[in-house]
Amino acid sequence: MQSYLDFEKPVAELQGKVQELKALAESGEAGDIDEEVTRLEERAAEQLKDIYKRLTPWQKTQVARHPSRPRLSDYVSGLITEFTPLAGDRKFSEDAAIQAGFGRFKGQSVAVLGHEKGSTTETRLKHNFGMAHPEGYRKAIRIMEMADRFGIPVISFVDTAGAWPGIGAEERGQAEAIARSTDASLMLKVPNLAIVIGEGGSGGAIAIATTNRVLMLQHSIYTVASPEAAASILWRDAAKAQDAANAMGVTADHLMEFGIIDGIIEEPVGGAHRHPAKIIEATGKSISTFLSDFEGMPGEDVREHRREKFLNMGQALA
Amino acid sequence: MNWINDGVLPKIRSFLNKKDTPENLWVKCPESGEMVFYRDLEANQWVVPNSGYHMKIKARDRLGHFFDDAAFTEVEVPDVPVDPLKFRGIKRYTDQLRDARTKTSMKDSVLVADGKLFGRDLTAAVQDFDFMGGTLGMAAGSAVVAGLDRARERKTPFVLFAASGGARMQEGMLSLMQMPRTTVAVERFRETGLPYVVVFTNPTTGGVTASYAMLGDVHIAEPGALIGFAGPRVIENTIREKLPKGFQTAEYLREHGMVDMVVHRHNMRNVIGSLTGIFMKAPAIDEIGDKPANVVNMRDVVVAAEGDAEEDELLDNPPIGAHAE
Repeated sequence: MQSYLDFEKPVAELQGKVQELKALAESGEAGDIDEEVTRLEERAAEQLKDIYKRLTPWQKTQVARHPSRPRLSDYVSGLITEFTPLAGDRKFSEDAAIQAGFGRFKGQSVAVLGHEKGSTTETRLKHNFGMAHPEGYRKAIRIMEMADRFGIPVISFVDTAGAWPGIGAEERGQAEAIARSTDASLMLKVPNLAIVIGEGGSGGAIAIATTNRVLMLQHSIYTVASPEAAASILWRDAAKAQDAANAMGVTADHLMEFGIIDGIIEEPVGGAHRHPAKIIEATGKSISTFLSDFEGMPGEDVREHRREKFLNMGQALA
Repeated sequence: MNWINDGVLPKIRSFLNKKDTPENLWVKCPESGEMVFYRDLEANQWVVPNSGYHMKIKARDRLGHFFDDAAFTEVEVPDVPVDPLKFRGIKRYTDQLRDARTKTSMKDSVLVADGKLFGRDLTAAVQDFDFMGGTLGMAAGSAVVAGLDRARERKTPFVLFAASGGARMQEGMLSLMQMPRTTVAVERFRETGLPYVVVFTNPTTGGVTASYAMLGDVHIAEPGALIGFAGPRVIENTIREKLPKGFQTAEYLREHGMVDMVVHRHNMRNVIGSLTGIFMKAPAIDEIGDKPANVVNMRDVVVAAEGDAEEDELLDNPPIGAHAE
């Protein structure tokens, strides 16, 4: 069952008609409907294309949060073989909001880490909707440092509304964990790549996204704070999230302009959730390019490249 | 009446138990109580077939099941001073050592060996609980150091199967000093960029857990293994509380961030073969295939938990963590 977002209503209506016609034809109550069905389907496709051509930042936020949008687990099973997830921060707990481990991308050893939002009620709860505790970041640090020691590139998938705001998380040093994770990521002598596949929410995202190359899926968002958080900070009203999303410059195009990200992975018409296989394939191509671009670069240069990039952020806007 | 409880009763019990298991042909599963034929257990790597309980396995049997074609070469470990404290408890330490050597045909509690895993060189060390509770003394410490150095020289991954009751009291502070000593060896090994995998087996406690065993790059535990610093009896006696079920088990430690995964003994070769291959940037091994056995794929978890999407209320209204930063 396809679920539609509010602004996809015209498409939903057309698709509904197609379903109705097909049902009628099956029961023998309609004559030749092929032509009509084709016509309606073409119109629906056009509508969809049209809508997705001019998505507002708030609409993109909704697409980025779509419940059937491919998750880290989908990218891992589509792109990584022999994936072995590792667990635990060696200090307090295992945090399933962040998954991290080692595997092979087209045979080559890679470290993979990222937020996992889960795709059913049960898995969403298990992964805490992709919102990590300090333990998640401390696990990420452990895996990044291990990758560094073994000379294995790191690929992170970013998909979180933000780090988990809770008493336990604060007690155990959420801020320290994020700071250390950012620090660890910036210190690596192995090349790293971050791909924002859904939401890149604030510190919870940056902790694993200070990489040599940062890419975003076309309709993903990357924010200083989730639109709801920003709205409640700015207007003391979380309901103004829509305004906040539109005002903050959260889309891939915008961030590309500012030099915050290095590239955009185009999504199929209608968003990644309509064609998971296609977006996973496109993402695989970007990973290949990244690996070959940085292959053989000396460790010091890899680190310097990353440092320069982040030192220059916002210093010389075109 | 402590002497009855502590001294006589266990003896009577063990005598009766012996009668129950003529010539030790049958072994009782500590978990399910089921009686298993010795030969069946041996053939199943000492995992009780029905309950899946992982029993203790002799060091050399462990290595045989782990390495290709059961082939391995034991690495010579330097001799250490014997019984420097002239220690005497219930028995003389020297007598205890002699008994343990006869029982296990090992020099001390740790065995180091070279061998191949899926055709690739690997160095391993095994701690045998049967040798004075796998305790860490000068000889065991030297063996761990020798193992790590051997792996460093040969540029191979190092796998350590840990099992221990802790420090060897009979060697006093010389035993405690094996903790920093082995730690230095781990640090030197780490500097080479070679992978160090620890397999926690039942039980791993005390100074061993608090030194080289907890310093691995990857921590694997056998199902149900007891892992901790202070043993459950010491904790119970100190805090005078009953411990919760499952406390200090492999699964508990995974939840608490200390162990990466709990792996069935039968899958140890595949999981370690795959991981060390990836760490060493060696080509994939066909025999292992896409997924190292028994490592639950994330997608499998998702699929297994897949509910009816129609009834999935959260699907339409996913909480987005309004104040998350």
